[in-house]
Amino acid sequence: MSKVMLEVKNLTTKYITRFGEDIYAVDHVSLQVEEGKSLGIAGESGCGKSTLALSLMGYYFPPLHYTSGEIIIDGRNISKMDPDDIRRSVLGTEISYIPQSAMNALNPTQKIINFIEDVINAHDEYNPPTGIYDLAKESFEALGLSADVLQKYPVELSGGMKQRTVIAISAILFPKVLIADEPSSALDVTSQKMVIKMLKYMMEKKLIKSMIFITHELPLLYNVTDDIMVMYAGQIMEKGTSREVVFDSLHPYARGLMGSIIVPESGLREVKLAAIPGVPPNLKNPPAGCRFAARCKYVRPECEAGSISLHDIGDGRAYRCILSEKELREIYAREAEKNAR
Amino acid sequence: MPDEKKLCLSGSGLTKVFGLGRQKTVAVDHVDFNFYEGEIVSIVGESGSGKTTLAKMLLGLLSSTEGEIYFQGKQRDISTHRKKQAYWKSIQAIFQDPFASYNMFNKIDSVLLDCIHMRGGRRLPRAKKMELMAEACSFVNLKFDEMTNKYPFELSGGQMQRLMIARIFLLKPNILLADEPTSMIDASSRATILSMLLNLVFETGMTLIFITHDLGLAYYVSDIIYIMEHGKFVESGSPDDVILHPKEAYTQRLINDVPKIHEEWDLS
Repeated sequence: MSKVMLEVKNLTTKYITRFGEDIYAVDHVSLQVEEGKSLGIAGESGCGKSTLALSLMGYYFPPLHYTSGEIIIDGRNISKMDPDDIRRSVLGTEISYIPQSAMNALNPTQKIINFIEDVINAHDEYNPPTGIYDLAKESFEALGLSADVLQKYPVELSGGMKQRTVIAISAILFPKVLIADEPSSALDVTSQKMVIKMLKYMMEKKLIKSMIFITHELPLLYNVTDDIMVMYAGQIMEKGTSREVVFDSLHPYARGLMGSIIVPESGLREVKLAAIPGVPPNLKNPPAGCRFAARCKYVRPECEAGSISLHDIGDGRAYRCILSEKELREIYAREAEKNAR
Repeated sequence: MPDEKKLCLSGSGLTKVFGLGRQKTVAVDHVDFNFYEGEIVSIVGESGSGKTTLAKMLLGLLSSTEGEIYFQGKQRDISTHRKKQAYWKSIQAIFQDPFASYNMFNKIDSVLLDCIHMRGGRRLPRAKKMELMAEACSFVNLKFDEMTNKYPFELSGGQMQRLMIARIFLLKPNILLADEPTSMIDASSRATILSMLLNLVFETGMTLIFITHDLGLAYYVSDIIYIMEHGKFVESGSPDDVILHPKEAYTQRLINDVPKIHEEWDLS
């Protein structure tokens, strides 16, 4: 078993609204990413994917607050560190983040190289500008970007190019964990492919040691990451390898997500798209029992009684449902039979 | 399906050029098309291929530099505002960004009320108007009672896009132009919006012009797919022909770039 790069134990973080209400957007989440592996996080909008990404950095600013749990990066616990220490010694070098609208992250009044200087000087010890230029040039060229980009202003670059520049900058200090939050959702398919190729290349060449990839596009996740975790209403609903979660999902919610996949392949036109009815619960006062109960096709009275724990069924596979694996499989088999008829 | 397909919207040599001289950009380049009544047509292309410019010309929001648009066999005449309004009774659109599609000072019931008025229901009794609005809302699974006193920005993106469909339900145009209606919505509500849109199209028999960059979506919904590259239609035909057996190199490249589930995704 290879070295664990990122380990999160029962992390809980909350938003405090201006009316003083607590919203637990990440609720007892535990996960593990090993060296050289990538983890995908899937779910609808508003289910806590992006909040989890922000929480993992250990750098909280209002209205997001830390409640409990541990974040351990390569054996070092960062969950109780001072924010200034985190900014100096964790962000950029240990853990790096690509925000959703990465192209807006660049400063329009600065050349890319000056932006990189700022990034490096904020997160690393002082470097002379020439050293930074060489480092930036080297890493940009390794990633297939031309060194000319460094001397340009963000307005001179196209959307896909800006996105790739931000990704290259995020990996410039060789972080141990890279968190990519929907890095390609604003791009068209061709630029998306380039971004994905770049991330894969970075993993192969060990520029980054591990990756967390967040998106709602399941076909993309299936092709990019080794493992997938499905989140709903701040909780983990299902965990497993990509193949298991996509083709053999156990939780009704994960199965519902798979029903909404649209890919240009033969046989798609015969499939009837099945959307999950309803909306995610309000996290101000989440339901006491299963949070998915209100939208679940197979709901039973017991579901709403008490909170449901994550069942671990070995090999990193886990799901959160009141039914056993056998019962769930029986239900799905019966349904498939009914559909076939 | 009627035996003889009636021509609904067609164009010949349609061109749009932006700018002059050295800064000239040809957004749509001599495009010919025939859209028939009751068909679902998809126009697929990358960003910058001129899809939205074409859509705007079809809607009459942009004038064409060259070429003609024929509506129901006759040359389209939108020279005056009155004629334009008459044209817009038969063609309506859903745009990409639901947040930018509403007048933010109008409450939702007035949005729907405008639609009823546009269909000549100005003199209907109040109760009948309410009934129509409630019917439209229930068609898209929204609760009318919760909607009445709200402003558009109080809704989520998915709800707004559903309200757009409710508007179309009231307006019942002959042609509906949907310009990337699901690209700003996450994957699971996409299926909901799409099935509502298709229900509406099947119920009213309207022509749907579906503009998207998502080949999967185009393949799922359409009867005919047009692939657009740099302002030109490079390939067109039935979805099975275009998506499963593409002839043009451009189409093949687009399809290769989409991540797949059952087939290997070539990342070279």
